[in-house]
Amino acid sequence: MRIDAKGMHYRELNKIIRQAVKDGTKELVLDNINGQRYIGTGINEKVRIIVNGVPGNDLAAFMNGPEIVVNGNGQDGIGNTMNDGSVVIHGGAGDVIGYAMRGGRIFIKGNVGYRVGIHMKEYKDQVPCIVVGGSTGDFLGEYMAGGILVVLGLNRRQGEPLTGDYLGTGMHGGVIYLRGEVEKYKLGKEVNIFELDDDDKKKLKPLIEEYCAYFDCDLEEILNAPFYKLLPVSSRPYGRLYAY
Amino acid sequence: MSMYLPAEFIVQVDYSRCRSCRRCVAECGFGTLSYQNDRVIADHKKCAACQRCVSTCPEGAITVIHNPLAYKKNYHWTPEHIKNLHKQAATGGKLLTGGGNDKVYKSYFDHMVLDACQVTNPSIDPLREPMELRTYLGSKPDSLSFTCLENGEYKLETEMSPQVRLEVPIVFAAMSFGAISLNAHKALAMAAKECGILYNTGEGGLHKELYAYGDRTIVQVASGRFGVNHEYLNQGAVVEIKCGQGAKPGIGGHLPGEKVNQEVSQTRMIPVGSDAISPAPHHDIYSIEDLSQLIYAIKEATNYEKPVCVKIAAVHNVAAIASGIARAGADIIFLDGFRGGTGAAPTIIRDNLGIPIELALAAVDERLRREGIRNKVSIIAAGGIRSSGDMAKAIALGADAVAIGTAALIAMGCRLCQKCYTGNCSWGIATQRPELTRRLNPEKAAECLTNMIRGWSLELKEILGSLGVNAVESLRGSRERLRGVGLSDTELDILGIKPAGR
Amino acid sequence: MIGTFPRIPSGCAISGMMSRRARHMTGEAVIKSIALMHDRSNGLGGGFAAYGIYPDFKDHYAFHILYNSKQNRIDTENYLKDKFVIDRCEPIPTRNVEAVTDPPIIWRYFLKIEEKNLYHNNQLIDERDYVVNVVMHINNKIDGAFVMSSGKNMGAFKGVGYPEDIGRFFCLDEYEAYIWTAHGRFPTNTPGWWGGAHPFCLLDWSVVHNGEISSYGINKRYLEMFGYKCELQTDTEVVAYLVDLLHRKQGIPLDLTCKALASPFWKDIDKMKPEQREVFTVLRQVYGSALLNGPFSFIIANSGAMIGLNDRIKLRPMTVGVKDDMVYMASEESAIREICPDLDEVWAAKAGEPIIVELEEGVKV
Repeated sequence: MRIDAKGMHYRELNKIIRQAVKDGTKELVLDNINGQRYIGTGINEKVRIIVNGVPGNDLAAFMNGPEIVVNGNGQDGIGNTMNDGSVVIHGGAGDVIGYAMRGGRIFIKGNVGYRVGIHMKEYKDQVPCIVVGGSTGDFLGEYMAGGILVVLGLNRRQGEPLTGDYLGTGMHGGVIYLRGEVEKYKLGKEVNIFELDDDDKKKLKPLIEEYCAYFDCDLEEILNAPFYKLLPVSSRPYGRLYAY
Repeated sequence: MSMYLPAEFIVQVDYSRCRSCRRCVAECGFGTLSYQNDRVIADHKKCAACQRCVSTCPEGAITVIHNPLAYKKNYHWTPEHIKNLHKQAATGGKLLTGGGNDKVYKSYFDHMVLDACQVTNPSIDPLREPMELRTYLGSKPDSLSFTCLENGEYKLETEMSPQVRLEVPIVFAAMSFGAISLNAHKALAMAAKECGILYNTGEGGLHKELYAYGDRTIVQVASGRFGVNHEYLNQGAVVEIKCGQGAKPGIGGHLPGEKVNQEVSQTRMIPVGSDAISPAPHHDIYSIEDLSQLIYAIKEATNYEKPVCVKIAAVHNVAAIASGIARAGADIIFLDGFRGGTGAAPTIIRDNLGIPIELALAAVDERLRREGIRNKVSIIAAGGIRSSGDMAKAIALGADAVAIGTAALIAMGCRLCQKCYTGNCSWGIATQRPELTRRLNPEKAAECLTNMIRGWSLELKEILGSLGVNAVESLRGSRERLRGVGLSDTELDILGIKPAGR
Repeated sequence: MIGTFPRIPSGCAISGMMSRRARHMTGEAVIKSIALMHDRSNGLGGGFAAYGIYPDFKDHYAFHILYNSKQNRIDTENYLKDKFVIDRCEPIPTRNVEAVTDPPIIWRYFLKIEEKNLYHNNQLIDERDYVVNVVMHINNKIDGAFVMSSGKNMGAFKGVGYPEDIGRFFCLDEYEAYIWTAHGRFPTNTPGWWGGAHPFCLLDWSVVHNGEISSYGINKRYLEMFGYKCELQTDTEVVAYLVDLLHRKQGIPLDLTCKALASPFWKDIDKMKPEQREVFTVLRQVYGSALLNGPFSFIIANSGAMIGLNDRIKLRPMTVGVKDDMVYMASEESAIREICPDLDEVWAAKAGEPIIVELEEGVKV
């Protein structure tokens, strides 16, 4: 099914999408999307939604199942409190991506903004993943409690850092994989940098394979660079904070 | 006659628990306890309720209570007045006291509340996000000038007055070696270094052992000029001219000769056993232009490399006085409210002169702003700052930093018995008696002070986070973030704040 | 002055566009851009600033003034006559738009200053300071009058309503400007006051702002020390005044002015090489009370530049897009794509790092 969303308000668009899914549509193509919010929100079916354009904020918020492909850049708040499904962005994305995400996967070809993966968490067999092809802003993985964040740092401009400051600040669960080194001063006081072990490599490889499949990249070239991981050094980083 | 005065406190020893170890006898600096006829006996009249015996008794066998002695009920002639009259009838002297004003005046800190963010602007989590408390004391120009370099960077053209950096907007208030022990001074110096703040020599000179902490030291110049010479002035990070003290506005100081031992004598540069008298005024300052003359004498002596601070007691006309001080060339004004502490002061002065720091600070900050000279000076507010809450409110009223004296003494163990002037401090703080001073381990006391400063800075960061700002300069003078509870329109007007609910 | 209100916090959408070659464009594009972010505002405020709209009066101060009543207008005009030579005055043209109700009386004036007026106690005062004093006087002392803008060859158009409705109300499709900025407001209660909408202007500065200035209390008191009166109770006015104070009056370069308003963190200053560390340390020491704290993104403009600035930890969004000589800034990328789908370059602004867009070298307006 194809929808021309030119000039359409999000409420109208999302109503049409929900009805189409209810009617059994398995794949929707949304053309001329520009700024419509909440695409993919409130859908529990495993449908495929192709977005042509720049979707508005809170794309895939509270999403629980669909596969969304965006041919364009994403804005802020993608995958907010997302539970299941996947989002693939053929471009960059804004701030606060995957806030409190509990499941599903987000793949972003390019750069992302501030506070990506903030308060991601995992529960039982749900392990959320975000793979960023480019670089990130400050506060990556802030308060992170679970899940996997991957930053590949591809196609960076001269001098452009892999991540911003306050990396993993407040992190107390999950893992951040970085393709390349970051300066120690950027780390939140709760985390440290470690070498990858075999387990890590097993976890990481399929994610990068998936990234390469979406964005047509050379797997070998990506893997042929040093990876590091960031882990919280304590599950209770805030000792000696209170007086009783 | 004084023998007829009843004791203020009763020391109760639980003989069923006492194992006659006699530790309490040794611990009491006031000679209250003795061991007679196989048991500990208390001379209640000597007890200061300093709680040293209570705290150190291994058996927990000692309790100190108020003497329940009943005076006939009288709201006007309180037991304190009756007791004082008897004392004066017996001695003909001025009543003496220590510590800060303890009378029931309104505490404005307790009638102000701070704002917090909800929805329309976010609070900030100080644990994960940056939260900056760094503060620079010193005179700032109204504007700056820069030149642009070829590479696009800038070069500062303005010549800046000296600035002193504080990692937390707190300094330790002036307490002289003499009034307090060398160990207490060492502890303050060490903690100041550890915390990136400043301590203050008071008017007692600077002991050679503390030269190592020079860059964390405010060296004071008081009317007695004890220990003041070129070397002393250049040891410190800031030079403070003490014109007044909140606990005793208009009153000088008097360290009795008995306290002037070898060490004190060397530091103050006066003979052992001689009285150290600080006159009420500086006798080279009879007017504001004389203050300016002294400020610049000190600047000349220190090559304009150190900010000069002028400390005054908060009095009725404090705003105009502060304006004069700023115009006289001071870099920092230290305002000491009437709750400020003292090692010794006439009770009648301490309890009846001066005004609350909250009102003084608000008036001074507003006056300097109206005159467009607030940048010229930093303001340190002191006089009864009890917690980081008081500190935050003082900063919101306009203080660049607060000074804490009593709070620092309490962190070192003081129980506020207010008998500092006796020199018998059982905690080894306000005394020069070697058997008492050695009780205060400077390293341990420094650790206690450092802990307290750490706790306050964590709390201040928490407050800033709630206010949705991440630098203390966004709280400084931001009275919009304060509201008054239970204050009159006039009080609100002086404080420059709105009532809660508006 | 039009009444007094408690300070009203508000969320918002902002958009701006500038031709670096000073090509003039009608207001249609910027309306379209801000309209796309309709859901970021709530119909209680919309407004625009436009630069280059009065080429026939480009050396005159163009005052856009709101009045509550005819009498307020007469009082204000008497004051203006005393202060300026009024070369032209007229109602600002508007059209009927159903959604825009109860507009105030809205006039514009093209003003020149006689040199003799610039002497105060035998001292020549800066012409722009003179204008600032007049604006402060009208806004604070004259009942029922509010100066929306006071710059040369520019003007603000704002009111209560959604920005697209306000834009049509003011016939912005009939104006041509080389810089347009726009604002959609989401105040948290109903002041019903046209002056409270953005942009906020002084001389040829204009500010549109998304977020809240949590440091407003001290910023206001700081400005008052330099004679600015912040009685309008919008936190945005302090931004305009701070830029005016630091950049125009004190001569701090524009980029350093931005670095005073959203300063680097001490940890970053400490890492700089010595000369730069000195510059930024002193900047914070001296201008700590000018630091803007809290969540914000704003677009400041004057006749020669458009500047985007975010708070120090980037709590509000801003995207920048470039196409040939055009530079766009907006709260959302889609608001830029709406009027320029094929951008040469697009990126997200960084925390505390100003984006300063200036006219190309040699371009005259």
